[in-house]
Amino acid sequence: MKTENQKAWFFVLPVLLLVAFNALIPMMTVVNYSVQETFGDNVFFWQGLDWFQQILRSDRFHAALGRQFMFTFLILIIEVPLGIAIALSMPRQGFWVPVCLVLMALPMLIPWNVVGAMWNIFTLPDIGLLGYFLNHTLGLNYDMTQDPVAAWVTIVTMDVWHWTSLVVLLSYAGLVSIPDAYYQAAKIDGASNWSVFRYIQLPKMKTVLTIAILLRFMDSFNIYTEPFVLTGGGPGNSTTLLSIDLVKIALGQFDLGPAAAMSLIYFAITLLVSWLFYTLMTKDDQN
Amino acid sequence: MQKRSIVPIVYILFLMLPIYWLVAMSFKTTNEILSGFSLFPQTFTTENYRVIFTDPSWYWGYINSILYVSINTVISVAVALPAAYAFSRYRFLGDKQLFFWLLTNRMAPAAVFALPFFQLYSAVGLFDTHLAVALAHCLFNIPLAVWILEGFMGSVPKELDETAYVDGYSFPRFFASIFIPSIKAGVGVAAFFCFMFSWVELLLAKTLTAVAAKPIAATMTKTASSAGYELGLLAAAGTLTIIPGAIVIYFVRNYIAKGFAMGRV
Repeated sequence: MKTENQKAWFFVLPVLLLVAFNALIPMMTVVNYSVQETFGDNVFFWQGLDWFQQILRSDRFHAALGRQFMFTFLILIIEVPLGIAIALSMPRQGFWVPVCLVLMALPMLIPWNVVGAMWNIFTLPDIGLLGYFLNHTLGLNYDMTQDPVAAWVTIVTMDVWHWTSLVVLLSYAGLVSIPDAYYQAAKIDGASNWSVFRYIQLPKMKTVLTIAILLRFMDSFNIYTEPFVLTGGGPGNSTTLLSIDLVKIALGQFDLGPAAAMSLIYFAITLLVSWLFYTLMTKDDQN
Repeated sequence: MQKRSIVPIVYILFLMLPIYWLVAMSFKTTNEILSGFSLFPQTFTTENYRVIFTDPSWYWGYINSILYVSINTVISVAVALPAAYAFSRYRFLGDKQLFFWLLTNRMAPAAVFALPFFQLYSAVGLFDTHLAVALAHCLFNIPLAVWILEGFMGSVPKELDETAYVDGYSFPRFFASIFIPSIKAGVGVAAFFCFMFSWVELLLAKTLTAVAAKPIAATMTKTASSAGYELGLLAAAGTLTIIPGAIVIYFVRNYIAKGFAMGRV
């Protein structure tokens, strides 16, 4: 049991100060911008909630938000089952386990813009390995700079390549924590593979899967660098995800007010969905 | 058993293909790359690597990146250790709220904060220093380190603390000489994840630096655009960015799967 001790605050204080310095001050700056209009030269005018109303009604924002949800939905629905399946088929012990884990973790350790650049040269129609294979060996007409569908397939494949291993590592960690006795008991009872999965493995993986899904949600919802380097948001606006659009407005057009309002709405949506995930997935534990 | 191992093998092949392509390209001349498709380098060259290792504007990029990543890892783990101890051992006013608030900082899109970060770090005079990037990366690494370490500490029985106090250990001595060694694996895993997320992040690192502390990943984008498109050079630089991560992961290979598994939700 934990003991009550208010002095514990002193232990938390350094963390609190450092994170607050990085989180609260920039956040206040964003809030400050979001209610003002500027024409440069540090002259600001009070704007109230106009930017928020404008953003919430704007078709451009709705479209980017729609694409963002689409992207996150697609990668979750592919990466989570795929990651679980791979974790289930991995050996539990032996020489190959660390080899597999190291190789699988490799994509996660590559700087994000290198990931984008790498997939860019990998998919170039005439000189990239994948692009050449699709166009010249399979005879498809694949060019992601022209075809929005190809661009979408490419960014989703890239993310699956990049992050499925996170789900694999976490599920695998949950799996190896199951004692052998559980499997033996299931064998004696004549349980099918499915019921072993459903009643032994899945419940044991629940905690780690919650973390995996939460992390994948947060990171994919905030994704910027990889798709930006890969497609630049194109062709047209077809792969302009929320944060790409945000950077376009903030740094490209230098519309600080609307960009700040959009940031806050964006953050609020991420927070809300994460909280929903968190509550739904930990609901059973409370009882 | 044999049939089952097909799945991980196919998956690993899929992971390795783009990496192979990057490495293969780094040994080609840019002319060969642009002139057409070849599965293996035809005119094998190490010229691309020579350029990177002899040109200061290239290799300083690596040094800068490694510097701020290391500073960040040390700061994150050092301040996260006592905090994680507090969360795992004590109840205090607002502990649950504080824990969730820490985690919400991982949810803030870096794109949102780029401009305010630039202003903040310019205002405190740290712009274009390694420390600025290291401190900025604390935003998402400290919560993660606290989360991981708290999980590992939770599995250390409380009797350990109590026995040590009975034996006359002071708190700092107990913490440094008994407690931290008993969660070595956790410290390793937390350091690994801090290293990883600081190493791969670019948006903030690029925003907060200009020349003196410019990360390698930013050097790559700059050089690529000014010299046309030096694909071979770009590929060599990209290949070199994989190596530090690969070295670090080798050291924690036996613990990595445990890293998050022990964290609480």
